[in-house]
Amino acid sequence: MNVIGLDAYLLLGALLFVCGALCMAMKRNAIGVLMGVELVLNGANINFVAFARYNPTFQIEGQVFALFVIVMAAAEAAIALAIVLNFYNNHLTVDVDTAEELKG
Amino acid sequence: MDQRTLLFWIIALFTGLSAIAVLVSQNIVRSAVWLLFTLGGTAGVFFLLGADFVAATQLLIYVGGILVLVVFGVMLTAQGPFITMKVGAAEWVIACTVGLLLLGALTVSLPGGFISEPPSAQMTDPARSMNSAALGEVFLGVDSVIPRAKLTGLPGGSKAPDRTPVAYLLPFEIVSVHLLVVLIGAAYLARAKRRRGVLS
Repeated sequence: MNVIGLDAYLLLGALLFVCGALCMAMKRNAIGVLMGVELVLNGANINFVAFARYNPTFQIEGQVFALFVIVMAAAEAAIALAIVLNFYNNHLTVDVDTAEELKG
Repeated sequence: MDQRTLLFWIIALFTGLSAIAVLVSQNIVRSAVWLLFTLGGTAGVFFLLGADFVAATQLLIYVGGILVLVVFGVMLTAQGPFITMKVGAAEWVIACTVGLLLLGALTVSLPGGFISEPPSAQMTDPARSMNSAALGEVFLGVDSVIPRAKLTGLPGGSKAPDRTPVAYLLPFEIVSVHLLVVLIGAAYLARAKRRRGVLS
């Protein structure tokens, strides 16, 4: 392939999304789950910016939404790490399988 | 194969392999390092796409901020058994199957037909290029910088509606206040507890 099209970027975003989703599902460490969330958000961001580049209609919107996603990811990481540290203080573990007190 | 294409494949391979390594590495510290490489590679992809400001923000906030938070979280909780948490072989098989199915579904649903060079006028004409000045004007509430191109991708025959000029001052303010509130809340949640019965 000689010319890089939109599909190549979307494929990269899809790969990051799948890796992140599997990371969220498989990791037993709570911080590993958080890393999966970051990967998913990055895949979405790649899609946003790629569409901003290849579709002149969304030239600004794509980048603006990518910036919003980055800020939201910062907020989410701060809160999630605070929760994980609290959980670690109370239970002395970060294994998400042991967080089952709310089981019905 | 010209320079741009080569650069894209190098960065894309780097990013994708790092993302896979985040998934498969069992050691949480190594996962964090691979995540660093993934985030850096994503910033490179943004630079390739001509989004300078987003790429710089990605480097500053993700690599400089979020990853430092994650590494601190790893260091504060990494004790003995929590550094490597093994996952059973059956779970690996199920996860790989589901992941490959999901990736296949996403691949066949790619829009296609976009295999073309993007409109190159935006890159060469400085007046129309999407630079950080236009982005700043949008965030300041100037709606005249929004491109007026017709919407594409509509079902055949339907007429494309005119676009309403919008700016992003209000969402920008909301997201700023949201970030402030969240950071105060995170500091409150993670504060050191005062132990009962201990004078301090």
